[in-house]
Amino acid sequence: MQFFIDLLTVSDSTLRLATPLLLACLAGLFSERAGIFDIGLEGKMLAAAFFSAAVAFVSGSVFLGLLAGIAASLALSLLHGLASITFRGNQLISGVAINFLAAGMTVLVAQSWFQQGGRTPSLFGGARFESLDLPFTNALAGLPFLGPIYAELISGHSILVYLALACVPASWWVLYRTRFGLRLRAVGEAPEAVDTAGISVVGLRYSAVMICGVLCGIAGAYMATALQAGFVKDMTAGRGYIALAALIFAKWRPWYALYSCLLFGFLQALALRPDLIEKYLGFHVQVQLLDALPYVLTVIILAGFVGKAIPPRAGGEPYVKER
Amino acid sequence: MQKMPAWADIVLIPLISLFLAAAISGLVILGIGEDPVAAVKMMVSGAVGSTYGWGYTLYYATNFMFTGLAVAVAFHARMFNIGGEGQAMLGGLGVALVALYIPWPHWTVALIGCSVGAALLGAAWAYVPAVLQAKRGSHIVITTIMFNFIAAALLNYLLVNILRPPSSMDPATASFPASTHLPTLHDLLTPLGISFSKAAPANVSLVVALLAAVFVWLLIWRTKLGYEIRAFGQSESAAKYAGINPIKITVVSMLISGGLAGMMAINTTMGESERLILNMTEGAGFIGIAVALMGRSHPFGVVLASILFGFLYQGGAELALWTSIPRELIVVIQALVILFTGALDNMVRAPLEKMFIKLNRNKG
Repeated sequence: MQFFIDLLTVSDSTLRLATPLLLACLAGLFSERAGIFDIGLEGKMLAAAFFSAAVAFVSGSVFLGLLAGIAASLALSLLHGLASITFRGNQLISGVAINFLAAGMTVLVAQSWFQQGGRTPSLFGGARFESLDLPFTNALAGLPFLGPIYAELISGHSILVYLALACVPASWWVLYRTRFGLRLRAVGEAPEAVDTAGISVVGLRYSAVMICGVLCGIAGAYMATALQAGFVKDMTAGRGYIALAALIFAKWRPWYALYSCLLFGFLQALALRPDLIEKYLGFHVQVQLLDALPYVLTVIILAGFVGKAIPPRAGGEPYVKER
Repeated sequence: MQKMPAWADIVLIPLISLFLAAAISGLVILGIGEDPVAAVKMMVSGAVGSTYGWGYTLYYATNFMFTGLAVAVAFHARMFNIGGEGQAMLGGLGVALVALYIPWPHWTVALIGCSVGAALLGAAWAYVPAVLQAKRGSHIVITTIMFNFIAAALLNYLLVNILRPPSSMDPATASFPASTHLPTLHDLLTPLGISFSKAAPANVSLVVALLAAVFVWLLIWRTKLGYEIRAFGQSESAAKYAGINPIKITVVSMLISGGLAGMMAINTTMGESERLILNMTEGAGFIGIAVALMGRSHPFGVVLASILFGFLYQGGAELALWTSIPRELIVVIQALVILFTGALDNMVRAPLEKMFIKLNRNKG
């Protein structure tokens, strides 16, 4: 029975920790499928985390906070689009710049607004996303196994967790079942063909980058207003890069993105509870090994030892119209 | 046809980009309710107003020279080595192992030994991403990012569990023996009759960094290997056609890059802290990107840009000490420099090119 409870706790925190990864991973999926590499996921999440927490604190409304977070992330997306689409700059360098811009500006602005050493005050009440109790939680509570599973794992998360999960089929549907999705994937593989068909490469790539901005904004807002109660300096702690790793792990496909984010979320959840591994597996696992595991796995995938991860063909290349 | 005279490419564009970055930084300072003019004055007096300030400026500049050269060498082969941070951490490990476990008679030999240790481990950390790029086509940017995180976890593990002396609580190695301590600029300049602050950390590693810049210049522009690296960077297919082995060039230029990044550890770990600590890179691996972009991947430009960033770093520390402007201002400036000199290069370049073409036409 204790094993069941432990398993439930770890699964529950896996889901919570996988949510920002999943949102950021899907964000990167849209951008990279359209041929725009984005290593600035981290920075966009961080900016969104700060502005959502700041606005939620000042206004007392978490939904205004969420909007502010999305707006901040969109602004950085626009900058990335400007640099990599309009001015045909190096997308990787632009992403690096955005990460540093967010890391610096959030602390600078936080210090100037709140004077708390680069953090926002703690959020409470309506300034945070409350966990939702799904219907029938009480009715099912009496059932063995199913009751606790429903109460702990399925019910009792913030609305953003469900939104993130819903984004997976939605992304799949948009990418594989709509005209827009077909064009978006085409522009990442063969922009010249899309251009010849009379469709705007620039327009498509900008819309992909904007979708990426919205999703990163939600991811950041989730970090600061649902997972934690407020913004602290560098709170995304490399999650943008883990999302990038998950994206490669998923080979740029939505459903696999869900699985790889759950896997990396599970590793993060285990890193929080090293005592559980020792209890059930009987040996001590270094926390640092669990921290490094997502990156090691990604390198192995990248090396092509476990199936080949082939990025979109035109990824990273600015499109220059032929004359 | 040359669109623009060379001086405009080398001097004018970086200066305009720098001006744009500085102007926006000024606006940011205004935006958080501080006075940008007073801030610049304080940065200048704090960073270059005394030999103490210079000592810190040059200490930081030394780090950036190593990491900037590392990024620049990879840029010449058209590779973006974003893994300077991880390679520098491994360099720190190399310095620590060599300094702790080999008895050195004098700092001069210890410096050579530790440089070799740092360069070897730094290069080793760049080797795997390089081979994966060359042989399996894994994107070097992604693999080097992953290796940064793996290096951080590895260093954390080694310092907490293995290298930490049992009596100590800090995640750090024991202090290095006295015979490996490097002379500071104070020790070097006093016999020459020049008085230099005793407290500042700038040390003989600065000389090593300058030598490394000369080495990179010789390598890139005066050797066959450098020619091959540049040819490969300009056009991979042309280089292949000319009989240049792409695998060899990718791996060798990344090894040199990683070795240079690793060597920054002789400045921070051997020269300053005299033991290996967790935060030994001080973020210099990433600043190398800004430095290489600003210096146009030329060693001379890298040295100048490093001194500029050393100034910003030390000036920013002074600001954080005396005003309410946090140290993160430097991160913002660094981001803006990367943005304008790197990603938005065409925004500055295109109008300038148009202007010069017009000028030439009027002349002709």
